[in-house]
Amino acid sequence: MSGEETVADHGVESGDSVHLVPVTVNGLARSATVPARRTLSDYLRHDLQLTGTHVGCEHGVCGACTVLLDGRPVRSCLIFAVSVQGQEITTVEGLGQLDADGDPRSLSPVQRAFRDCHALQCGFCTPGFLTTITAGLAENPEPSREEAVEMIAGNLCRCTGYQNIVAAVLRAAELTKDPDAPNADDGHRHEGDR
Amino acid sequence: MKPAPFSWHGPASVAEAVSLLAEVGHEGKVLAGGQSLVPVLAMRLASPAHLVDINKIADLAYVRTDADGVTVGALARHRDVERDVAAGAAQPLLAQALVNVAHPTIRNRGTTVGSLAHADPSGEMTCVLALTGGSVTAVSVRGERTIPAAEFFLGPLESALAPDELAISAYFPRAAPFSGSAFVELSRRHGDYALCGVGTVVTLDPDGAVVSVRCGYLSVSDTPLVLDLTQAWAAGPEEAAEVARAAVDPADDIHATAGYRRHLAGVLTGRSIERALARART
Ligand SMILES: Cc1cc2nc3c(=O)[nH]c(=O)nc-3n(C[C@H](O)[C@H](O)[C@H](O)COP(=O)(O)OP(=O)(O)OC[C@H]3O[C@@H](n4cnc5c(N)ncnc54)[C@H](O)[C@@H]3O)c2cc1C
Ligand code: FES
Ligand code: FES
Repeated sequence: MSGEETVADHGVESGDSVHLVPVTVNGLARSATVPARRTLSDYLRHDLQLTGTHVGCEHGVCGACTVLLDGRPVRSCLIFAVSVQGQEITTVEGLGQLDADGDPRSLSPVQRAFRDCHALQCGFCTPGFLTTITAGLAENPEPSREEAVEMIAGNLCRCTGYQNIVAAVLRAAELTKDPDAPNADDGHRHEGDR
Repeated sequence: MKPAPFSWHGPASVAEAVSLLAEVGHEGKVLAGGQSLVPVLAMRLASPAHLVDINKIADLAYVRTDADGVTVGALARHRDVERDVAAGAAQPLLAQALVNVAHPTIRNRGTTVGSLAHADPSGEMTCVLALTGGSVTAVSVRGERTIPAAEFFLGPLESALAPDELAISAYFPRAAPFSGSAFVELSRRHGDYALCGVGTVVTLDPDGAVVSVRCGYLSVSDTPLVLDLTQAWAAGPEEAAEVARAAVDPADDIHATAGYRRHLAGVLTGRSIERALARART
């Protein structure tokens, strides 16, 4: 995928102003021309075909759509694409290493921790957790269990019951420090383990 | 859940923004962090024909602290205000309240001035502006004016800003010497709007005697309610709680009954004052 410009052929109605929206997504220059009311989440998914970012509630409550905007986690469903012209966005697709075609090659510490700890079931909420935790650990590389809970408090998961996601935050902190840290209990951590 | 069509304007300066607002008049809305406005647009509770987006006006992204207090520019995100060390030292109530505003991800984008303009009586910062006796400065093509907190909130979701006015900053006075503050609230879930919240500022004299106890309430009145509880507190915590319960005017909704919110106003008044006093004494 390169930085080609696409012209949106869907969703433009009378009353819409249309705008060219150049952004850097996961290190690559991308752009498309879209109506002003295109949310960043729809822009990523529909116009840039980056469907890793999920859309749950579309009003800021669930956190599934969380992406990093200039490094800070934000709800992409509550931002219009046109508002972030020229800014840098990291989506779940950009967390692992990318190869020349922009595809993830190897998993990031947070992604590995999710696998190690069985921190996802259906996976719908996962992209939002991964981006939120990636930014959270950059700020606080050694969270306590309580801080790990606080870190993910703005994201909803309807499957896991959160315990394994909390364990994954702690495991990701471990893996960030030492990529070879053994996975002591094979992902079956429980309340009180730490 | 998609907003209706609108025309977007991305002014690069305050002058450009206010001339756009003058042009579009009642058909226009300011877009700041969008953390309240975008859901409103997505649910089509509003469908303005024009949005004047201030996110490119970098001059408005500041938090400034001086001898008088803290001035927060219209593009300062909640999170920037919460983490500003000088602002936190000058007016601790800012960060004490801000940690209760939604979640960090929303505070990364939502602006403090935007939440004042939104004038939600459940918004923590409306309460802080009223309790600290702050003000909002607004600009339009007609000129600039500073609106004191007591005149800024007209009703639920209604501020004194005219459609052609841009709020450019909010001012929060510095905390007085020998004072202490606290902010406590109860919500259904962590990060939700409060069922009831109480902010407190207490002031002592140099000998440690209580000279002033003031509390601000959220989610229990149409506009931010501030009570002077100095005398009531002197008569005892139960008297202060009783005055609070009598003064609030909560409504029933799906989250809580009016009676429960009234009960909370009493309980949280005591907790908030105790905490503020403990801080004033350290
Ligand atoms: C899930 C969720 C939970 C939340 N929980 C809370 C909470 O617990 N407490 C709380 O206080 N808030 C909460 N919020 C709202 C959040 O604080 C918003 O950031 C804030 O209310 C509005 O700020 P904004 O910059 O996003 O403004 P916007 O959404 O951009 O604008 C809000 C309104 O103010 C007007 N406006 C904005 N800036 C200006 C300006 N400079 N001049 C004139 N008019 C202006 C707009 O036209 C609009 O009408 C929550 C939001 C979400 C999505
Ligand atoms: S889809 Fe954005 S928060 Fe739910
Ligand atoms: S894994 Fe299914 S919602 Fe979280």
